Amino acid sequence: MNAPAAAIDWPDQLYATLKRAGIRQVGYVPDAGHARLIDRVRADPDIHDVVLTTEEEGIALAAGAWLGGQRAVLLMQSSGVGNCINMLSLARSCRFPLLMMITMRGEWEEFNPWQQPMGSIVEPVMKLSEAEVYRATRPEEVEGLAERAVQHVFGDERIAALILSQQLIGKKVWVK
Amino acid sequence: MTQTITIGNVPVQVMNRFDLSQRLVRLLKNDEAIVAGIGNTNFDLWAAGRRPQNFYMLGSMGLAFPIALGVAIAQPQRHVIGLEGDGSLLMQLGALATIAAHKARNLTMIVWDNQSYQITGSQPTATAGVADIVDVARGCGIKQSLWARSPEDFEAQVTKAIAGGEKTLIAAKTDNDQPHGQTHRDPVLIRENFMQGLGVRSATTFAAD
Repeated sequence: MNAPAAAIDWPDQLYATLKRAGIRQVGYVPDAGHARLIDRVRADPDIHDVVLTTEEEGIALAAGAWLGGQRAVLLMQSSGVGNCINMLSLARSCRFPLLMMITMRGEWEEFNPWQQPMGSIVEPVMKLSEAEVYRATRPEEVEGLAERAVQHVFGDERIAALILSQQLIGKKVWVK
Repeated sequence: MTQTITIGNVPVQVMNRFDLSQRLVRLLKNDEAIVAGIGNTNFDLWAAGRRPQNFYMLGSMGLAFPIALGVAIAQPQRHVIGLEGDGSLLMQLGALATIAAHKARNLTMIVWDNQSYQITGSQPTATAGVADIVDVARGCGIKQSLWARSPEDFEAQVTKAIAGGEKTLIAAKTDNDQPHGQTHRDPVLIRENFMQGLGVRSATTFAAD
């Protein structure tokens, strides 16, 4: 896999979008696709990064942030969506704004078949949970979609999932 | 007749959740926030006296503490109290590790441990057998984790936790007395009440001028 050196640096654009949106709390369960963004967030003294033991904690954290007057985002991999389903009812019931950024596994050139079942139902699960879904497959569309998701969440006080496709992130190779 | 349970070598009284909820609310002098978990925990908090700084989490089990963490991070000048039952907390023990790892200090966690899923018919939880919430919390890195030995000790520990600069978990063994009230249930109303109570939002009225 060749590193696309001249390509658009979409993780940095996502970071810039979060800064413009005034995000102050970032909850995450790490994923390789989010690594660069997590590094940027952790290096930022104005953002509280919270590493979670399970993604559903991040739904609660984001609700608490909003209750206390701050904006939050939840970063996770597609498999984490399954962990969130019951807790998403918190955002739906109370109408908490909830911004999620989800890196995909189990689709384009996935090498691990165990990732496919959850990956294949991320979008329907999110839609059933009343999230507006924005899917990015090309680097040049990431920033615009992220801005729209931010507007949907904090402008309308709704739920949005920005899906960062596996095609965008690049093929994961099994290295040992 | 007060029942006691010996934990380690320490006798711990089995206390009354409503009584302790009332004692807790009476100790709050600085608009401290309370985020309470589903079930009888919420019902007795409601019955102990309504406050605009109470958030009643009536949904999914076990995540009152991470909500409290979000509030505590957003409002570092305010002390935030998470209130949870043993059944709920057992579902989300990982949250204790998350909170322990974070640097926020303005957070106190209180656990009512009645060793049962009381609201569904008092089926025993794992704490009725071998699980020890305080040991779990210590193991997760919350060094200030302790059992309240009596109602007076509970008050002293809560006072210390609110005044001190250290995250604290206080667990209390409680009896199976029925709750003394039931919360209002409208989720958006509960949210707005709390946000206005914290000064995050001003009161909205549609009344004519």
